[in-house]
Amino acid sequence: MSARTVLHAADIHRALTRISHEILESNKGPDGLVILGIPTRGVTLAHRVAALLTEISGTPIPVGALDVTMYRDDLHRHPTRAPHPTEMPPGGIDGKTVVLVDDVLFSGRTIRAALDALGDVGRPSVVRLATLVDRGHRELPIRPDFVGKNLPSSREERVNVRLDETDGTDEVTIGS
Amino acid sequence: MRHLLDTKHLSRAEAIRILDVAEDMADTQQREVKKLPALRGKTVVNLFFEDSTRTRISFEAAAKRLSADVINFSAKGSSVSKGESLQDTAQTLQAMAADAVVIRHAASGAPRTLATSGWISAGVVNAGDGTHEHPTQALLDAYTMRKRRHGAGSRGRDLEGMRVTIVGDILHSRVARSNVWLLQTLGAEVTLVAPPTLVPQDVSDWPVQVGFDLDAAVAEAPDAIMMLRIQLERMNAAFFPSEREYARTWGLTTDRLAALPDDTIVMHPGPMNRGLEIASEAADSARSTVLEQVTNGVSVRMAVLYLLLSGSNENED
Repeated sequence: MSARTVLHAADIHRALTRISHEILESNKGPDGLVILGIPTRGVTLAHRVAALLTEISGTPIPVGALDVTMYRDDLHRHPTRAPHPTEMPPGGIDGKTVVLVDDVLFSGRTIRAALDALGDVGRPSVVRLATLVDRGHRELPIRPDFVGKNLPSSREERVNVRLDETDGTDEVTIGS
Repeated sequence: MRHLLDTKHLSRAEAIRILDVAEDMADTQQREVKKLPALRGKTVVNLFFEDSTRTRISFEAAAKRLSADVINFSAKGSSVSKGESLQDTAQTLQAMAADAVVIRHAASGAPRTLATSGWISAGVVNAGDGTHEHPTQALLDAYTMRKRRHGAGSRGRDLEGMRVTIVGDILHSRVARSNVWLLQTLGAEVTLVAPPTLVPQDVSDWPVQVGFDLDAAVAEAPDAIMMLRIQLERMNAAFFPSEREYARTWGLTTDRLAALPDDTIVMHPGPMNRGLEIASEAADSARSTVLEQVTNGVSVRMAVLYLLLSGSNENED
């Protein structure tokens, strides 16, 4: 059970700052942006990204949470998962540019579920994907638009994201 | 969770889990697309040996919103009227690969028999059995009280300190029984008010206070008052002299409504006998939660079906 820290607090902050700039660059400004986090840690990251975007652009950026539990394709393979709240920002997502935020991108199945969930909530004009860590091993044709760190890993390794708001510390570790 | 048979054996944590998942289900029902794919490919059978419209369509709506297939089976005009036993009916459902059975039966304990007999492997939900329990009704009542009390901050909370008065035919009421156990588990104080003839013979081991005077109970200013339906189909003995006298002595009249505090909520599991146990003014007032209870019923039943059917059974206890 040895775990190695691959991102420290300052690294995480730098990565999120860069992602925020990239989001503004690709969207050509803050217009129509909506940031949606995928529970649980994706929501925390989404709030940080939205705060950074607001700070950089000077425009308040709406942020929310999108629960994907009931859209997963592996529900019957695991013990019952309790859903999390979905919170849509007041302006909704119709016609907006939605940036989905998750902590670790792995098989891509969570994102597939998120795209289905999104379709039931509204119809954004564009959907982008931001992830703090991309560890590879995709099982579906899904690709992130904004990546904090590409982290080559073996399937058996565990990538753990801990965040101040939920875990009392900011770090990303990898271990067996 | 494998089955939901009663509230008496439901722990506080299990009850709050169901109510919290119901909150999430309620949120999804505000959307344009209300259907969720969580139970796609599962089959839910509504096995109703007693007449029921509300509970059956509530379960049907809940199952359909989760994308399960629903088969409705009512005893009237079915093989049961030809004398088929519960065992044979159950084994037929097993052969059709039902994943959950929602059962209402006139015999107390029928759902437990179904769940423990080994006739079927499906999860069993009790939708009312004899004079025993009606757990989803109690859960939706608790959900409604919690929502009125805590609003958006309801998740994770119980009903500690709430004072609830249940009025009417306690003797025949499975709703009252389920509520008594669940409310006690969630920390509420329960008072029962009924004509002496409609109180069960021995309630000494129930965690409740029993009174016979509705005006005294109203003067205590409860947080919620729940009026039970006088089930005219069960009034097979002289339990009270006349309907008029019942309405005057144990009904929620306009005068009693006025005597209640403004924030007391008025509940009724439906269908209502207006003018008998509840006056129209009370049923239609802003304090009444009758329609909220119906809406919440779908969310609570979605939560129960989801918790029963979505996970793998092997990994659970």
